[in-house]
Amino acid sequence: MSTGPSLRAQFYATRPISRDNLVPEDPSLGLVAFSSPNDPEPSLRIEGGRIVELDGKAEADFDLLDEFIARRGIDLTVAEEAMALDEVAFARMLVDGTTPRAEVTRLTAGMTPGRLARVLALLAPVELLSAMQKMRVRRTPSIQAHVTNRVDHPLLLAADAASAVALGFRELETTVPLLRDAPLNAVALLVGGQVPAAGALTQCAVEERLELELGMRGLTTYAETVSVYGTEQVFVDGDDTPWSKAFLASCYASRGLKMRFTSGSGSEALMGATEGCSMLYLEARCLAVTRAAGSQGTQNGGIDGVNVTGSVPDGMREVIAENLLAMMHDLESCTGNDTLMSSSDIRRTAHTLPLLLAGSDFLFSGFGSIPAYDNAFGPSNFNAEDIDDYLVVQRDWGFEGVLRPQSDAELLPLRRRAVAALRAVLDELDLARFSDEDAEACVQAHGSLDVPALDPHLVPDAADALMQRGLTALDVVRALASRGFEVEAGRVLEMLRQRLYGDYLQTSAIFTEDMRVLSALSDPNDYAGPGTGYRMSAARKAETAAVRQVWAPATLVAEQNAHEGCLALTAIGAPARGTRPDEVVVGLSPAFAHTIWLSLSGLTVAEVLRQVLAGIEEEGASARLVQVRRTLDVGAIGSTASRLAGSGIGIGLQAKGTALIHRSDLPPLGNLELFSIAPRVTRELYRGLGRNAARYARSAEPEPLFLAESSEPLGPNYHARVVALVALERRSVVAADPVEMEAAWRS
Amino acid sequence: MAELRPTYPLAESGPGEARTSSGRQVSEITLDAVARGELTPGDIRISPEVLRQQADFAQAGGNPQLADNLRRGAELVAFSDEELLELYESLRPGRASAAELDGLADRLEAGAAVLCAALVREARAAYVRRGLTA
Repeated sequence: MSTGPSLRAQFYATRPISRDNLVPEDPSLGLVAFSSPNDPEPSLRIEGGRIVELDGKAEADFDLLDEFIARRGIDLTVAEEAMALDEVAFARMLVDGTTPRAEVTRLTAGMTPGRLARVLALLAPVELLSAMQKMRVRRTPSIQAHVTNRVDHPLLLAADAASAVALGFRELETTVPLLRDAPLNAVALLVGGQVPAAGALTQCAVEERLELELGMRGLTTYAETVSVYGTEQVFVDGDDTPWSKAFLASCYASRGLKMRFTSGSGSEALMGATEGCSMLYLEARCLAVTRAAGSQGTQNGGIDGVNVTGSVPDGMREVIAENLLAMMHDLESCTGNDTLMSSSDIRRTAHTLPLLLAGSDFLFSGFGSIPAYDNAFGPSNFNAEDIDDYLVVQRDWGFEGVLRPQSDAELLPLRRRAVAALRAVLDELDLARFSDEDAEACVQAHGSLDVPALDPHLVPDAADALMQRGLTALDVVRALASRGFEVEAGRVLEMLRQRLYGDYLQTSAIFTEDMRVLSALSDPNDYAGPGTGYRMSAARKAETAAVRQVWAPATLVAEQNAHEGCLALTAIGAPARGTRPDEVVVGLSPAFAHTIWLSLSGLTVAEVLRQVLAGIEEEGASARLVQVRRTLDVGAIGSTASRLAGSGIGIGLQAKGTALIHRSDLPPLGNLELFSIAPRVTRELYRGLGRNAARYARSAEPEPLFLAESSEPLGPNYHARVVALVALERRSVVAADPVEMEAAWRS
Repeated sequence: MAELRPTYPLAESGPGEARTSSGRQVSEITLDAVARGELTPGDIRISPEVLRQQADFAQAGGNPQLADNLRRGAELVAFSDEELLELYESLRPGRASAAELDGLADRLEAGAAVLCAALVREARAAYVRRGLTA
């Protein structure tokens, strides 16, 4: 007797999910999603118009975050009303479609982080999603892409930025393996991202100071990596305070640049300073700071710490809860899903799908539009490898996933133009030169492994020169225009002009491809239950439906036509009942060798019939053919055949390949043996079916016939063909008796 | 900027009327102007008036904190990129003494950045209490 693990247990150990590292809850390390015993009791005391106690802490003990939130983050005019509200009652207002969104945001503004964390802990998963549908700021969802590569190849970045915008991404985020390269990466996105359409926003996530400088020069059009943390220790370790971040936010505003903060559960545990508090409570503090600092929005929902959040029970529910809390604070919500959170495809999809169904301002704060290996942030939860899957899931559910299918015919010209435009800019500004071979490789590449290596000094030297010479977006515009890229020059300039109006400083602002600004003010979420809120237009619906996996009926026609006439059936009259005891009758379906010529297994109907008849003959029995015309049901066809057979044994054969053996005394839908999985039936099995029919006729023992082992899905691969072939059969059905046939095989 | 028509979005309500920080009309920011080398960085910088208008929109939209941020931004338009980077750097933890933070607030006030000055004074008090001054 074996004492080791069972074969099933050994199998489980090989599953990708077994590589995920999960941990038990441990409040002392902050490894708890909701409601740590160390979370404070929610409280708020106001004296003389000043907050003197916040979540159990007296004013004198306030840390930086408490102080900042107390001075700037809580609306004192609603605080008493909001804090007096029963937690369950407020939770119900969140979910209830008839409580207006504005009422929830009004009350949220008067609540402490401790209270808000407690309310969200009350919500079950679908309640969180329901609330989210109502609470996101912008009516129209959007989506952000990561556009990076492992070598900072600028031409490849430009091509990939163009692809991303063509696919529907409205914000592009890049970062660098090598900090010196950052300015060039920013320019590559700025130029490439304006090639397919106007208005995509671009950013370069680097250290705060450099990121601001790139924005001031117009080389980026928004900023996101303004990080805040939920404990004082981690905040200061991050080399900032709530005031320095608030000042930074104002610096961005002073240059007309859109900006959002970023936070996310798990970061404090990763930095080892959680004060033993739950992830949601710490994130509630981050969001209160974010709102207090006057950031229009936030990127949150795990982010870099999502694997920590995912390691504890309820982690994924916590991530959705923190996204929802951002929305309740009336913040633009750029909802994570930007870090690969599991080795298991099922688990990483389970993380993202609920949010897609509920919708958010930005469904991903970085869908990896490039291959996972090229993602300088580390692989995203969804990557270029997954775009087709994403498009099909979008089509399945009808949620607004923002992306659209794109073929090579659409993408390649855009990639080529993006590469040419950036190449021209870098040449015109005397920053870098590339060969034609480099350029074309970047157009065609899947990722950076497909392009020739660059001189390692080329990009950093060009980036240094760009910074030292004080070049700005105006220089980029001038270079584009002088090299004949007027449309792109106009679009880059338009991004600069939009800064002068400041419209995109408002919450949740994005630009449409025709440069309309959609924001909290111009496109507010008006969801108030079924029949309200954002719905896809018919044109958008059609666009999402046209994924490349959609099977064209013309494919079937071509497949069938290629084999037309492989078998000729000639009618020889009405069939009589046979008298020979060894006679098997083969019943053919109405479309067999009339309109259907190729079965699902890839064998022609001629080959299928040849094998069946050869099997019957091998066993020394005789055969006749009849074509049944009144029904397409394979049981009824077999039954009809069996009642005409001298032996009482018939074979039913559908043109698509489904086959069975029938006996005249069985009910019409009964059978002796059935090959129901037509796509997997082989020549040998059809021959075996013929042999077994003959053996039944002679009262001999049939041989066992088994399909080869396979776990391949059948339905997804064949059902479109099945429906089309059955429709052809249906069209051949007539109210007429069977006809006896003679068959001739085309040589 | 009394002639600015206060409806959001400004780009659609009165495109010819918004002015840049250098006083040019936004409608003058054209490809031709770029090609002729006429534009300076100040011509592509938002004006304090437009920022204050956007602050009013944010306030009316129910977000007083965003409005404050935009008003602080309006105060900072006049400061150079280098000055802003330096001010930000000084506000990071442990960079400046209490006296230096006072000086910073004074400097901001002198530049008519009173909201920013108040932010710095609030930071100074918190930094002193939490031991984050240099």
